[in-house]
Amino acid sequence: MKVTVRVFASYADAVGSDRVTVNVGEPATVGGVRLAVAALSPNLPPRPLIAVNETYATDDVPIAEGDQVAVIPPVAGG
Amino acid sequence: MSRTAIVTAAIDVAAIVDEVRGAPQGAIVTFIGTVRNSSGTRTVTGLEYSVYAEMANREMTDILHEALALASGAEIVAVHRVGNLDVGEICVMIAASHAHRAAAFDACRYTIEGIKKRVPIWKRERYADGSTQWVAACSDTAQNAGNHAGEHAGEHA
Repeated sequence: MKVTVRVFASYADAVGSDRVTVNVGEPATVGGVRLAVAALSPNLPPRPLIAVNETYATDDVPIAEGDQVAVIPPVAGG
Repeated sequence: MSRTAIVTAAIDVAAIVDEVRGAPQGAIVTFIGTVRNSSGTRTVTGLEYSVYAEMANREMTDILHEALALASGAEIVAVHRVGNLDVGEICVMIAASHAHRAAAFDACRYTIEGIKKRVPIWKRERYADGSTQWVAACSDTAQNAGNHAGEHAGEHA
């Protein structure tokens, strides 16, 4: 399954884009997206944090068509 | 009326304090974060904040509701600015009011700590020599380590 993932801040610099599409084996899960995204650049951590539909998500969370998926660098607000 | 916001314009401190004033509220606690001119040994000339706006708004709203549950009767306004900020400008402000000071302090502290740990906002430092660098998360940020990320996500899923 093709999953489009939004990418932010330092991770966007690492992959050279603010949006990437990755192939994830089915059934697609957050864990699969994590591995696929990490493989895009040596400058990404092996297990980057993922949000699904604007909520932090654990590896077992399924990904469905139309879900909003994003990879979240360590936050640094304030 | 309690609220959160992510803005690009300058933060008006007096206006936000006024928002949480009220006859039942005997205490107002504010936290104001400003852009510092140094990072370690380097001279910083400004910060560029970026945000995952949809998620940041939702996460800030969650934090607000948690703080209101912690400090029943509080009024809280939490505003984070994004975009390019110069040294000395205000990047974040929390104003929390309550009948009594202890709960006002608790509400203010809970809100700023939650924002720093959970809200998807990032900043890039600009240095005097023209170079830039993304700021790594604070060491107490729950999502720093992969294992903690899972626990963190589970807590707030």
